[in-house]
Amino acid sequence: MPGISTASLPDIVFMLLFFFMVSTVMRETELKIRVTVPKATEIKKLEQKSLVSYIYVGEPRRMYQAKYGTEPRIQLNDQFAQLEDVIQFITSEREARDENEVPKMTTSLKVDGKTEMGIVTDIKQELRRCSALKINYSTTKKADKK
Amino acid sequence: MARATPEINGGSLADIAFLLLIFFLVTTTMDVDSGLSRKLPPIMPDDMEKPPDIKERNVFIVLINSKNQLQVEGKLMSINNLREEAKEFIKNPRDLEELPEKKDVEVEFFGVYPVSKQVISLMNDRGTSYETYIAAQNELAAAYNELRDEISMQRFGKKFEALAEEEQEAVKKIYPQRISEAEPRNVGGK
Repeated sequence: MPGISTASLPDIVFMLLFFFMVSTVMRETELKIRVTVPKATEIKKLEQKSLVSYIYVGEPRRMYQAKYGTEPRIQLNDQFAQLEDVIQFITSEREARDENEVPKMTTSLKVDGKTEMGIVTDIKQELRRCSALKINYSTTKKADKK
Repeated sequence: MARATPEINGGSLADIAFLLLIFFLVTTTMDVDSGLSRKLPPIMPDDMEKPPDIKERNVFIVLINSKNQLQVEGKLMSINNLREEAKEFIKNPRDLEELPEKKDVEVEFFGVYPVSKQVISLMNDRGTSYETYIAAQNELAAAYNELRDEISMQRFGKKFEALAEEEQEAVKKIYPQRISEAEPRNVGGK
């Protein structure tokens, strides 16, 4: 009995490869905090990912807890940040974009469900202060009750 | 002097492709970003005049305290009832005295339509959990969406999502989403 020809194996794998290359995006930041976003039903997809800046809030991961404690912290890009850094972050995000795209920019808040609203309210105030008014509360899809 | 070049062995092509595949699997994410979109109000300058007060009957007050309990229009309520209550308030189907007033507005496709002057005010404490807050936001958005779906079905026989852009605008005029969030302050202490 002749062995099965594996000549088309590369083609199959390449096909898989292209599928993944097209359907996924590069991981941009390494999360230093644990974020499990809440679930919701009335969600909308975020268009134009390049115009979205992310603010993460949550409890630091185990390995950072010795240094940063267990209280929810803000993460911008790859670092832990203070509340005051938010304005600077938004400004630098704006500078990186084209001028006429700035009004379309959205800030996505990826906040852990167990966080208290205090810190979120503070962030929202900071965002208002630098007039980054379009925000998106990141959530995942919950199956409808119906 | 043409020499037959030996065939390149393609046996390892699969391995190379696998390697690339695994690299992409590890470095990319697939999650689609989605969520509840909101617009924050711009900061009011101090010297600006106060906007005229809104009549009490036109405001639907939702409070969430630090123990994640909901108070809606003065009553304690479970989050599961919020949607129905909000729909009742927005629509005011029986034109009740204590629910919002209506104003006749000329709307495309609908003609003159009594549009309710509703505003939903959401207030939360610093100690409220984000989960509860989002759940409340979601229920309120759901109330609007269900009402929009209802009227779209009545008028166009289609869901709101399936309507053309101008039709959506008209429906939005009838049920504008007005969720206002109060300036932050502490409710109920910690």
